[in-house]
Amino acid sequence: MADARTEALEIGESDDVVRVRQLVRDAAVELGFSIVDQTKVVTAASELARNTYAYGGGGRFRLEMLNNGNRDGLRLVFEDDGPGIADVEQALRDGYTTGSGLGMGLGGARRLVNEFQIESKPGWGTRVVATRWR
Amino acid sequence: MTEAERIPILKMGDLLLVTIQVDMHDRIAMRLQDDLTQRIVEDHARGVLIDISSLEIVDSFIGRMLANIAAMSRVLDADTVVVGMRPAVAITLVELGLSLPDVRTALNVEQGMRLLGRGAGANGLASDGRRSH
Repeated sequence: MADARTEALEIGESDDVVRVRQLVRDAAVELGFSIVDQTKVVTAASELARNTYAYGGGGRFRLEMLNNGNRDGLRLVFEDDGPGIADVEQALRDGYTTGSGLGMGLGGARRLVNEFQIESKPGWGTRVVATRWR
Repeated sequence: MTEAERIPILKMGDLLLVTIQVDMHDRIAMRLQDDLTQRIVEDHARGVLIDISSLEIVDSFIGRMLANIAAMSRVLDADTVVVGMRPAVAITLVELGLSLPDVRTALNVEQGMRLLGRGAGANGLASDGRRSH
């Protein structure tokens, strides 16, 4: 698998959530994603970027444009050095929130992509990798 | 916050019309919630139409804002109708897990006005009986 291109962005303020959305939308359009697929991947990016900002205390976003030989895809990587998530399974459950949100962010984002990985250690941070293929 | 970062609220009779034409920053969304509740009271509005046809996504934050506005306006004796949701946005919202059960929707502003009992052909289309008193 050859990585075509990578973009990176620091997530330090709430407006960066909008910047992440714009980066992902531009890439999805460039790769020829359908309107529905664009909307899904941008929405997933928005949820995950807000988690990084609101719960992770800010962090880093990386966008990778992929091609696996047959299909183009977008991989979204979010990393923070925040408090981490003690129980990842619980955090993925709908309606679970420690903040002011609806608790749909993490589980919802997982449903909007094809591949989803999350690693988190309390006191160390959280890393989420989400991939959507065209 | 500057004026440019506020979403304008238009008064049409006893309705308020909000057309969201910017990519919704979280702060703008919070500000709109505050502004709208204030205007419902000041303008004695009985209905709120929120046109989201320009919005390319509705995530859980914006969805929560729409649900909050609907709930707050209901408490203030005004009905809210969200109009113009794009099909791809609707598909994504449901998959996200947000079906917004307490938010009334219509395909466009005209149908939204009918739903609120305003505009041509309103008779019999209002879904609640409150407008008759």
